Order: sequence, then C-alpha cells, then structure tokens
Amino acid sequence: MPLILFWFLATLSVVAALGVVLQRNPVHCLLALVLTLLTIAVLFIGQGAVVVGFLQAIVYAGAIMVLFLFVIWLLNLPVETGSTGRLAAKLLGAIGVAALLAELEVFWVPSHLQVKAAGHVAGYGAIDALSQTLFSEYLIAFEVTSVLLLVAVVGAVALARRTTETEIQQRPENSARPEKAA
Amino acid sequence: MNVEFAALSLILVFPALGVLFNLFLGPRMGRSAVNIVGPAVMFLAFAVATWAFLNVLAMPAGSALYCPLWRWLEAGKFHVELGLRVDALSGVMVMIVTGVGAFIHLYSIGYMAHDEDYARFFTYLNLFAFSMLILVLADNLVMMFVGWEGVGLCSYLLIAFWYTNPEFAYNGRKAFIVNRIGDAGFLLGIFTILATLAHHGVWSLNFVEMQAHAGMIDVTAATAAGLLLFLGATGKSAQIPLYVWLPDAMVGPTPVSALIHAATMVTAGVYMIARMNFLYLLAPDAMAVVATIGGLTAFFAGTVAIVQPDIKKVLAYSTVSQLGYMFLGVGSGAFAAGIFHVMTHAFFKGLLFLCAGSVIHGLEGEQDMNKMGDLRHHMPVTFWTMLIATLAISAVPGFSGYFSKDLILEGAYESGHFWLWLLGAITAGITGFYMFRLIFMTFFGESRVDPDKLHHIHESPPVMTIPLIVLAVLATIGGYVGLPEGLLWGDAFAKFLSPVVGNFKPTVEASAAMLSVVATGLGAIGILLAYVCYMRMPGLPMIAAWRLKGLYELLLEKYRIDELYNLLVTRPLFFISDYILNRGIDRMVIDGAANGAGLAVETGGEVARRAEDGNVQHYALVYLLGVIAIVGYYLYLVVK
Amino acid sequence: MVQLNWLMELSAAIFAIGVAGFLARRNILVMFMSIELMLNAVNLAFVSLGSRMGTMDGQVIVFFVMTVAAAEAAVGLAIIISIFRNRETVHADDLTLLKW
Repeated sequence: MPLILFWFLATLSVVAALGVVLQRNPVHCLLALVLTLLTIAVLFIGQGAVVVGFLQAIVYAGAIMVLFLFVIWLLNLPVETGSTGRLAAKLLGAIGVAALLAELEVFWVPSHLQVKAAGHVAGYGAIDALSQTLFSEYLIAFEVTSVLLLVAVVGAVALARRTTETEIQQRPENSARPEKAA
Repeated sequence: MNVEFAALSLILVFPALGVLFNLFLGPRMGRSAVNIVGPAVMFLAFAVATWAFLNVLAMPAGSALYCPLWRWLEAGKFHVELGLRVDALSGVMVMIVTGVGAFIHLYSIGYMAHDEDYARFFTYLNLFAFSMLILVLADNLVMMFVGWEGVGLCSYLLIAFWYTNPEFAYNGRKAFIVNRIGDAGFLLGIFTILATLAHHGVWSLNFVEMQAHAGMIDVTAATAAGLLLFLGATGKSAQIPLYVWLPDAMVGPTPVSALIHAATMVTAGVYMIARMNFLYLLAPDAMAVVATIGGLTAFFAGTVAIVQPDIKKVLAYSTVSQLGYMFLGVGSGAFAAGIFHVMTHAFFKGLLFLCAGSVIHGLEGEQDMNKMGDLRHHMPVTFWTMLIATLAISAVPGFSGYFSKDLILEGAYESGHFWLWLLGAITAGITGFYMFRLIFMTFFGESRVDPDKLHHIHESPPVMTIPLIVLAVLATIGGYVGLPEGLLWGDAFAKFLSPVVGNFKPTVEASAAMLSVVATGLGAIGILLAYVCYMRMPGLPMIAAWRLKGLYELLLEKYRIDELYNLLVTRPLFFISDYILNRGIDRMVIDGAANGAGLAVETGGEVARRAEDGNVQHYALVYLLGVIAIVGYYLYLVVK
Repeated sequence: MVQLNWLMELSAAIFAIGVAGFLARRNILVMFMSIELMLNAVNLAFVSLGSRMGTMDGQVIVFFVMTVAAAEAAVGLAIIISIFRNRETVHADDLTLLKW
C-alpha cells in the first residue's frame, strides 16, 4: 500500500476518533465513528484482508451504526451540556490513559524489527482462505458464536419490549397489598 | 541493750480495733457503745505504753524495747522491715500521744453529745491515734512516713468533719494539699538519704542502722536531706511557709483541734528532727535554717494572735508560735529542750483548747471573744484550769511552760543565735500579752454575751471537766522533770534522752539565770500590758487599733499571706490547669487525636466509598488501572 | 512498505482515544461508541499482525470480534432503551444502579 495513502488514512482515522470523543451532538459522534470505521476498513483491505475489510464496512458501519442511529433518534437525546465529574477522577483518568499509551508504545516501537515479515500466500485474505481457517481450526468458536448471536437477539427483544398491563399487575409489589377502601 | 517486747504491738492493735468497731458496728450499737469503746481503746493503749515506758526507765541508759513486725518492701538490695521501737525518745512521745489522747477521747464524749455522727467521729479519732502511734513507734524512716501520711489524712477527715459546710470542706482540702507539698519534700529527703547510703552499700532506712552509718553521709547530702525533711516538717508542723492551713483548721470540732493541732500531730515535725539528730548534726547550715524559721515563725504568729477576735484562732496562731519555739530548740542543737517543750505544750495547749471547747460548748457555739466576758462565775472549773494553762504558756515561773521555754531560749543563745534568742524573748512577751488578753476578754470584765445565751450558760459535764483537771495538774507539775542546772535533780529529762539525742554543747557562755530573768521579765511586761488594756482601760485597745489602723488591719488579715499564696500559687496553677491543660492539651490534643482518629476513618471511608458508587466510569477507571498493571507486568518480562 | 510499528501505534492511539472517551463522556450512547472505537482499534492490531505474519488467524479473530460486537451492541442498546423508558435520562451520573 502506498505510504502516502497510509499516512492519509492514519491521520484521518485519528482525527475521526477524536471527533467521536469530542463532539457534543451524539449524531455527530456517530458520523465520526462511521468515518473511523470506514477508514479502518480501507486499512484492512490495504493489508490484504479483503473480506474482513468489506465485512467491516457492511456489517459494522452499515448495520451496527445504523442501529445506533435509530436508538439515538428514538430517544430524542438533547445535545450534551458541559461535563461534570471530579477533577481528581479526570486527572487520574488522563494519567491512566497516558500511562497505557506509553506502555503500549514500548511494545510496538521495536515490533518492526522483532516480527519477521512473512510473505502472503496466493489468495491471502480471500474468502476461501478465511472460510478454510474458520471452519477447521475455529469451528467450535464459530458454533458458539452463533449461539451467542441467538441469545443476543432474544435478549434484545426481551429487554426492549414494552411491558403489557397484565405483566405490571403481576409484579409482586403491585398485588401483594390489599387495596385500602377509598 | 535492746529487749524484744511483743506487747508493743498492742499499742497499735487497740486503736485499730477501735477503728473497726466504730466503723462497722458503731452506728448499730448506739451512742453508749461507741462512747465506751472509743476512749477505752485509748486508755488500754496508754496502759501498755506506760508498762513499756516503765520498763525502759528500769533498764540501763540507752536501752530500748523493740518489736519486729514483717518485711514490707523488697526491691533488689533495698528492703524495709517494719518494726516498733520504744527508746527514751519514742517512749516520751508514745506516753504523750496515748495519755493526752485518751483524755481527749474522754472529753469528746461530752463535746459531741449532741452530734448525730458520733460513730464516724470516734472512728476518725481512733484512726488518727493509730496513725500517730505508727509515726512515733516506727523504727525506720519509711514506716514513719506511713504514719506521717496517715495523720495527714485523718487531719483532713476531721477538719472537714462537718463536711456539709463548703467552707469547712475547703479548709480540710487546704490542710491536706498544703501538707502534701511538705510531704513531697519529705519523700525527696528520704530518697536523698537512701541514695547517699546506697552509694556506700547500705540499703537500710532503719534509724539505728542509719545512725551507725551516719559517717557515710557527706555534708552536702546531709544538708540537702535535712532541708528537704524540714520542708515536710514545715507542712506538718505549721511553720513558715506552710503554716497557712492551721488557723483554718479550727473549723473542725474542738477536741480535734486539741488533739491533732496542738498536742500531737503538729509535733511530728519536731519529733522527726529529734529522731534524725545524727543527720542534722552533720549539716550545721540546715540546722541554722531550722532554727531561723522556728524563731521567725514564733514571732510572726505571735503578732497575728494579739488582734484575733476568735478564741480558737488565737490559740491556733499561738500553736504555730509555740511550734516555732520547738524548732528553734532543735535547730540550735538542744534536741531534748525541743522535745521537752513538745511535752509541756501538749499539756497546756491541749488544755487550752479543751477549755475553749468548754466555753464554746457552754455558750452554744459562740467563738467570738467580743461576745464573751465575765464567765468565770458561770464556769469555774473551766476558768481555773484555763488560767493554769495560760500561766503555763506564758512561762510564769513554777509552771511547766517556764522550764521548757527557758531551756529553749538558753539553747538558742548558747549556740550563738543571739538575734533568734532576742526574737524568742520578745515573743515570750507577746505570748503573755495575747494569752492574758484571751483570759480577760473571756472570763473577766462586763458580760457581752448574747442575752439569749446568757440563760443557758453552764459548766460542762464531768466527762469534760475531768480531763481539764488532769491536764491542768500535768501543766503545773509536768515541767519539774527539766529543772535548771544545779537545782535539785537538774535537767533529768535531758539526761534521760541523751542516749538518743546526744548532749547539748553550748558554744557561747551565758548565765542561765540572766537569760531567764530577761525572758520572764518580758513575759511579765506582756501580761501587765494585757491587764492594763483589758481590765483597767478597756477603751485602750480600740484607740490603739484606730491610731495604728494600717498595722492593725495587716495583723488582723494575718499579713494577707493566704491572699499572697492565692495570687502566686493557686491562681497560676488553676490557670495552667484550666487553660493549658484542660482546654489546650486535653481538649485539643488528646480529644483531637481521639476524635481525629475517628474522623480520619470516616473521611477515609468517604473517599474509599467512591470506588463502588455505581458510577460506571469510576469502575472503568479502576479497570484501566488494572490493565496498566498487567501490561506493565508483561513489559517487565520483556525488559528482562 | 508500511512499517508494522506504525500500524500498531495507530491502533494504540485509537484505543487510547477510545478509553479517554469512555472515561470522559457522560452520555451513555457516546460511551458506547467509545467502546466500539476500542474494539476497532484491536481489530486493526489483529489484522496487521496477522498480515505481517502471513497467517489468516488474525482475520478470523477479527471476524469473531465483529460478531460479538454486533451482539453486544444489540443487547446494550436494548438495555439503554429500557433504562430510558424508566428514568427518562441517559446521563451517566444519574444511572448509578450497579451497586448494592
């Protein structure tokens, strides 16, 4: 991948990430997040992971972010006002993030020389290779993940559903006491 | 020679039994039982004491009876064995304490006849006797101190006997606290002696053993110890500077004043110095201090006595003054003379107080001499016995006080203390004046008694007058054991005591007769002056008081010493106690630390609480810190 | 040739931004988005390393991460909706239920 493209994408993704964190309007945050995702998708493709890159764009940016958007609109959230919170917590958080970043840098800075570059086989990143690895080495994980998806769907539906009147009546705090004579 | 005499312990056992009986069974057994037991135990103790004393008289000079008790303290090489010892010195003292004490117990039956608290009174009185006897019979310094403290306690208990009166309770406390200051000095004196002796390997505080090793004590240590012990004596025996409690102690019942504050307890200081004569002889400076304070106290107390209107206050200051004489005696090296005066003083001062009590009893509580007068017809026995006592204290020749006071003044002059002798002689004049002033104001002249009380004046019952008569006889003949040199048997008393206290060695030649004439002459002048002021020209005292108003008020206010002490000592102490110690240290530091500990925990809890407050971002923060730690661990592995 | 360390540092940077966003923001939905950022940063790291090492394992793991992220997003949003119905707020300071 041409270096200049990489640097462009890198800068864009960082800026977009900052945008997610710093914007006031949640919708703007969301859009920035979408941009970040797409940028990363392109980076994926640039690395040779074509399938995953497209999946990122379609599933992540396309489906999950849209879900987010629906929820934001559903809740009709106002624009966020100034941040609250104790200075001590903020300070500690800033220090923590900086510390984490520093630690990770220590690992990554020499990684260029430590990890031996291996060549890509033909068809690297194509759907064949992905599915080969997926359904052989990671088969059990695949199956479990599908169960997980099912559970998630059921859970989401159960949680977001409006409770009916009968269900409210059946709650213990509403029926245990006898009604006082008016 | 020393003979073991187990019966000595009975002298202590009898009063102790009295205490127990009166304390536990007294209220239940009734007044009659207490009235019998209280004095009876004292008479029994007196009987045993007499028996012991006769034994000592019969034995060769320098003999003693002893009775070992038990080992009390033991700490390394230091040990204290309790034991009783009756030699010439303690024999005289124990006779005085039990004898005079027994008759005062008898007298108390009548004096306290109308008081409901009779059981408590006799309990305390017996307890006092017990403590005083421990003091006198002790064969070592530590045991003496135990008795010393005991009599201090009983003094407090008895002064504040009618404790419901706040002023009486205050005076009791004052006596105890002032005494305590002296006791601190006494203790330090004991420590000094022990430290010095222990340095040479002697760890005993037994009188005999200390005297044997007295050569080990150097002059500095002896002076220090002597002065410290004397500080205790100034407290117990009411000398300058710690005499202030004695006049205020008069709020106690009069038998208490007679027994404790005249005859026995206050003489403990003199006894102690006589006992420790070997120490004081090593420290001439300390003895000079003792003599000087004695002389000064005698003079100052006398000057205060001449203007006091309260009959008991006059006697109180008189006691302080007479005690000054005793210290002048022992401070000059005339130990026997000092003890002689202790004995005669016990007779006539005890008698004076009992008579005063009789007067007060007859006047139903009146103590102001301005409201007395012409009582001699109403209370003849009291009058005659009190007159005898006054003659004795004024050192009228022939009575006991004359002999003992003369010996003291002779000792003072012959040891070189000319000015102290002069002071003592002048005080003799003052003594004559105020004592006869008392007699004239109380028993002669026009009656100034309250009309209501006039009907009730009566002589006291026999249980009170018999002790008066006995003491009057003693006050008359008691002095004949110490006659001047060359007359009959001379100073038999001093000869008797010399194995214990040594012989007085004069350093200045003097004619005893001349000294006696001067002192007696001054005394006569004092008596004459009193006669003139109070019998012939009754207005004279008032004119003198008006003319010398400043001086009069200064004397009446007892030189405002109490106020001075209050300003210099009491108020600063209270200030320190309240502002610095109470509000400062106690509340701010100690309470602050205690409360602060609680506050710290509370605050810590408040802070720690935020780690689990439901705020998800706080949880994430903790999570992040954990992640940092784990990544850091991998970092550490990589770096290695 | 894109150096590996640049890619990894980029991933670390985005991750750090995500953490900061999670700690700093008060709106629950934005906090959620920060979580997604973190997940994506990790995805990037996996893919980069896998590509460098020439194996498909990195991409397979990313596949799973995406799946789980989707499931988590669905359930999480459902919870948020449910909370909002009861309390009319999505401000983190008001939602302190995760304690005794």
